[in-house]
Amino acid sequence: MNKPVLFEKMKSAVIEGNKHEAEFLAQNAVENKMELNEVIEKGYIPGIQKAGDLWESGEYFLPELISSAECMTSAMKILQPELEKAGLSTKSLGKVVIGTIEGDIHDIGKNLVASMLAANGFEITDLGANVKLEKFISKSQEINADFICLSSLLTTTMVGQKKLITMLKDKKLFGHIKVMVGGAPVNSQWARDIGADGYAENAMTAVSAAKKLI
Amino acid sequence: MLSTIRPKLELLSKELINKIIEEAYIILERQGIFVENSEALGLFKEAGMKINTSSQRVFITPELIQNCLDSTPSLIKMYDRNGEKEFVVGRDEVHFDPGSTAVTILDHDTGDQRKADTKDLIRFARLTDLMDNIDFQSTAIISSDLPDIISDSYRLYLGLKYCNKPIVTGTFRVEGFKPMFDMLVAIRGSEQELLDKPLAIFDACPSPALKWSNLTTQSLIDSARAGIPSELISMGMTGATSPVTIAGTLVQHVAENLGGLIICQLAHKGAPVIFGGSPSSFDMRKGTTPMGAIETMMIDSGYTQIAKHLNLPTHAYMGLSDAKVNDNQAGLESGIGSVLAALSGVNVISGPGMMDFESCQSLEKLVIDNDICGMALRLVRGVAQRDDPIATDLFDGFTADTQFLYMPHTRKWYRKEHIFSEIIDRDTYDYWVSLGKKNSAERAKDKVKEILQEDIPSTLNADIQAELQNIMLADAKRNGVDKLP
Repeated sequence: MNKPVLFEKMKSAVIEGNKHEAEFLAQNAVENKMELNEVIEKGYIPGIQKAGDLWESGEYFLPELISSAECMTSAMKILQPELEKAGLSTKSLGKVVIGTIEGDIHDIGKNLVASMLAANGFEITDLGANVKLEKFISKSQEINADFICLSSLLTTTMVGQKKLITMLKDKKLFGHIKVMVGGAPVNSQWARDIGADGYAENAMTAVSAAKKLI
Repeated sequence: MLSTIRPKLELLSKELINKIIEEAYIILERQGIFVENSEALGLFKEAGMKINTSSQRVFITPELIQNCLDSTPSLIKMYDRNGEKEFVVGRDEVHFDPGSTAVTILDHDTGDQRKADTKDLIRFARLTDLMDNIDFQSTAIISSDLPDIISDSYRLYLGLKYCNKPIVTGTFRVEGFKPMFDMLVAIRGSEQELLDKPLAIFDACPSPALKWSNLTTQSLIDSARAGIPSELISMGMTGATSPVTIAGTLVQHVAENLGGLIICQLAHKGAPVIFGGSPSSFDMRKGTTPMGAIETMMIDSGYTQIAKHLNLPTHAYMGLSDAKVNDNQAGLESGIGSVLAALSGVNVISGPGMMDFESCQSLEKLVIDNDICGMALRLVRGVAQRDDPIATDLFDGFTADTQFLYMPHTRKWYRKEHIFSEIIDRDTYDYWVSLGKKNSAERAKDKVKEILQEDIPSTLNADIQAELQNIMLADAKRNGVDKLP
């Protein structure tokens, strides 16, 4: 099968949210020693971009968008280690530490943001829900993260976002590690007030906000 | 006289109810629930349940579920602050209360949402006190002029000080229970009197799917032991945190709530529990949780029917809207929700005043919703046979000139058969023009101004007030706050 046809198949697999097919094609690409950076750029990325366009135009709703993102992520899980083995850069857009703040065990919004960022080429370290503020910072230092994404669904944990920024300032890390905030009670005014570098009201705007931060 | 039929909405067949309950039992036994609280895990262990300690997962047998259902009262009697008026929470009795725990208030003057402060909370509590069709108050808004850590006890403190109605509230931290309980005891005079005449309901929300967090579990245990009714607020979001089908979400809802009910019964056999919820039809375009969606109301009505089948008191978040201002959407969603809730026989209906996905409260909306609640309550009183014969005697000697307006029969019954609203417009066009062509939101604003004084005095006896203040102040000081606003 020639390359354009294969790329088209990869793209369709992502658009249609066919995870099995996306993984199968990725595995085949590895076995056939295709140039994997090209596979990602010409096969998979156009797929997630198209899914994003369909979301923007109102044709795709969350279940389609998220299953496309999941396809993208699972294909990348197969391709990335191979690229690394070959000593090639994986062209990560940036390293992100994400989680829901301690006291808050709601993580649906955070999960949406994590999968959209991952699907769009960010390297995600997801700390899960109910995460201590110190953990965000220590993990970021450990992996040399570009930014931290903080989610809180509760007003009671929202103040943690402010606290984290203070902690970063105390440790003289503020500015080096950027902070993006989100969650149901959070708005742009709050983000400005606490001095966050970025704010996103949903998973799609999180991607463009994250790209701006890099 | 013929007896009056209470109009009723039932969405589920008996077979579907049984199937949903059966599947909830299977989930509780096979998948189990997560309980992130060591005391509760201890209780489950004592009851002989299988526990996976590392995942904090408890597997519950059908026998234990049945035992706990058997020991849960089917009816609770709540009392107002004075301990005089009794409210039955059970059967098909319906009581409205303002939707709880908003983070903002709609400022009618600017049209914007803003953070609320102590003064807003006082005004809201007082206004709730004055609303005829709203039986209970709730700790409806969070005050921003105190640190969040003590906002649970502080909102209860203000509610108790400025409103005489029974109160729906809840804790935000494990340590919040003690001061809140102490305030309730201070009002009643002793723990026994609080037990005899419950004044507050404590909400406790499991985290979908199937998880009871440390805080909410502790609230269940503490409330059960104090005889305070726990309102179980399961809140799956279809297709996001619960199955996308309505029936599927009902299965999860029943499993989560039964988990909570069992924790209450294990903590204290016979503890009062209200089977409630705040589920929603998750919007797949916006990623939001619309409370005014018809499917949200169908889930609410559905689990209410199941809870009634299980002989339990019920609650739902209904009669609220996702609109951002008091517009058509606010009225229609609140109207449909209130009517469906009343027809479903939901005992405690949390909704009035609330908008924007449970995040905002509005004084004006509360006044409009009071009218809506009045209509819903009237509807479920049904059509009664008042006289025998019903009407033939009124037509004795009937001529073309006979009018009903001056008949004693009219005067005798019109106020019982018909209700009169405060905000709904029933003026003639010309008169409406002469009043300034105001829409319902503007009339509601006028009404709020008319009935709320500038300085609102506490309606509570001075000694008890002082006692409450001491409890509140001590709680504040423990959390590094030296004085109250």
